[in-house]
Amino acid sequence: MKMTLRCLSVVLLPLVTTSALAADAVRNPRLDDQTQLPKAPVRPAGQTYFQPPAEADIPHNAFGDLVRRGQDLFMNTRALAPQYVGNDMNCVNCHIDRGRKANSGPMWAAYPMYPAYRKKNNKVNTFVERMQGCFQFSMNGKPPAADSEVMTALTAYAYWMSTGIHLGKAQPGRGFNEPPPPKGGYDIARGKAVYDKQCALCHGDDGTGKKVGATSVFPPLWGKDSYNWGAGMHRINTAAGFIQHNMPLGRGRTLSDQEAWDVAAYVNSHERPQDPRLVNGDIDETRKRYHADDGVNLYGVVVDGRKLGQGVQ
Amino acid sequence: MSLSPTRSLALCLSASLLTLPLQAGAADGEAIIQQGGSNPAAMPCMSCHGTDGKGMAAGGFPRLAGLPEAYIAKQLADFKAGRRENPLMQPIAQALGDAEVAAVARAYAAKPKVNVKVGPVERPKEGSGAWLALRGAWDRNIPECTLCHGPSGVGVGDAFPPLAGQSAEYIEAQLRAWRGTPAQPAGKKARAVAAVAPTRSNDPNGLMRHIAADLSEAEIKAVAAYFAGLGESTEPFDESQHRLR
Ligand code: HEC
Ligand code: HEC
Ligand code: HEC
Ligand code: HEC
Repeated sequence: MKMTLRCLSVVLLPLVTTSALAADAVRNPRLDDQTQLPKAPVRPAGQTYFQPPAEADIPHNAFGDLVRRGQDLFMNTRALAPQYVGNDMNCVNCHIDRGRKANSGPMWAAYPMYPAYRKKNNKVNTFVERMQGCFQFSMNGKPPAADSEVMTALTAYAYWMSTGIHLGKAQPGRGFNEPPPPKGGYDIARGKAVYDKQCALCHGDDGTGKKVGATSVFPPLWGKDSYNWGAGMHRINTAAGFIQHNMPLGRGRTLSDQEAWDVAAYVNSHERPQDPRLVNGDIDETRKRYHADDGVNLYGVVVDGRKLGQGVQ
Repeated sequence: MSLSPTRSLALCLSASLLTLPLQAGAADGEAIIQQGGSNPAAMPCMSCHGTDGKGMAAGGFPRLAGLPEAYIAKQLADFKAGRRENPLMQPIAQALGDAEVAAVARAYAAKPKVNVKVGPVERPKEGSGAWLALRGAWDRNIPECTLCHGPSGVGVGDAFPPLAGQSAEYIEAQLRAWRGTPAQPAGKKARAVAAVAPTRSNDPNGLMRHIAADLSEAEIKAVAAYFAGLGESTEPFDESQHRLR
């Protein structure tokens, strides 16, 4: 059911603007590549999403070994590449079904779209840089070098998954297919109610997730072991898309647009590791440079009397 | 059966005693397992669930040893309330008092958990039981079983019970209990079969029932055989090691 709450006073909905950033020139090009993906085309009625090849079709030769290594790294990033991962996450936590599920940032829809030209800053981003971005922000870690074994294997995996796809053509199912912002904005308190009822069983009352021994099973949504303040998932609009399509686990597409935005706002109104791009140790400056124009997010915004973006260690 | 002084006290003061860290409660639990509850209808658990609490495959009696305390207590409450129907277990659950439920849940939870050997990354074949367990069927919104039941099916927290350590008979029975069976019209040789309504509807937020409902009979058999086949290892597992997906 869609809630229609008109009371704008309880609502925080920063405006989404697309103006270019003055500070672009001083930025490290690698660090700015978690920017929002363009909206994916709608899937034509009666058509299925692109079907990546079956796991059994990975060849049994040196190429196949590299692809399988890439898949293992994608699913067990924390365990197999700990030197690059600063939290308790794995790529598969946000790119569901080994990076194959539509509307969960699938790798088959990503790989054919790079190198990507960005008019905004007249720069070109490579596929490897995009993955390095996820290491830096989503995994709160240190990105492996472009020519490292880890990057080579992950690239081979994405390349193999895209077998037969149309190069350079945006695919339906790319990204997270965000629901439109609800008319009356979002509400964090309502989001908490959704969370307590539908999410806490797995992700915990305190958002830290659940482990079996050393292995994270239900990944953390906030706190020191989650994605940091620079990650794409910290945007409420992006998280709303991911959540609506994929959560509660196995029961995707059961939350309304309103519920998805509300719970995404609740999740993203908690502290998490600092944005590694922090400018002069100043949250306001960092907001101005990196967050003010980055979708809908609460970095540097005061919520319940506390300014968010302090970071946790 | 005569009641020991500690046991009758426990029954009188159930609510207040629950919060005490009592050794008497643990002893109570063990007594219920071996001799039954104060109400004779609460038969000794071990007569069906095994002397070691590891269940008996042939009867479809599940393993209780090492299951989470809260999970065991919840199942007993669900049997009592009819959210989980079973002709053998319901009368037993109904005959247990609140303090007895708490004590027996604690006693079983304290027994050894299932220990599964951890190997290298598995490469399941599509369409196999291992595939469902480790990859799921996302085209039907079925996550891999291990995503909720834990790596190697060892269970996660209080709400997600282990599947490792349970028999194929028991796992199959639970999947069918959530699913029920659709009616079958009369054929040339066979009589019409009436639909059987689901007999288990106690999964939190409907997380499990849609999965069972969408599995074919062949898939139920295959995935049950996979988890039953994991067996139990005697080698201790170093918990600082990762279990790989
Ligand atoms: C915390 C969640 C999260 C984790 C963990 C994560 N990602 Fe991402 N990933 C995202 C988000 C969010 C986006 C950007 C989507 C957007 O902007 O709308 C993204 C985008 C991408 C893209 C570009 C997609 C496209 O269509 O262009 C690639 C490639 C990618 N991630 C790879 C990885 C790899 C490899 C890992 C593991 C090292 C990883 N991701 C871990 C959330 C995550
Ligand atoms: C049954 C358990 C379960 C429930 C309920 C559940 N999740 Fe998840 N969630 C998971 C698992 C498991 C993953 C990782 C998926 C994977 O690794 O394949 C995940 C991943 C996520 C992620 C991306 C990874 C991260 O840590 O940031 C977000 C965000 C998320 N869930 C939010 C939610 C929200 C919001 C709800 C409630 C509406 C919810 N989840 C309900 C199990 C659950
Ligand atoms: C006459 C045989 C019998 C006896 C005695 C018995 N049980 Fe059971 N129990 C069963 C059966 C059969 C099931 C499986 C029911 C089903 O299929 O839903 C079961 C299931 C259970 C479960 C659910 C386990 C799970 O994994 O969900 C619990 C808990 C349980 N029994 C506790 C007890 C306790 C405690 C006692 C002793 C007070 C006891 N049982 C005595 C037959 C028995
Ligand atoms: C989204 C999470 C989720 C997934 C995925 C999942 N389960 Fe479950 N399952 C549960 C929950 C929660 C319970 C406990 C329900 C309760 O409280 O009684 C459960 C219970 C069970 C039980 C009963 C265990 C017992 O001791 O009585 C069986 C059997 C089972 N699941 C099999 C499976 C199989 C097989 C798969 C994969 C095809 C699977 N589950 C996938 C959430 C899940």
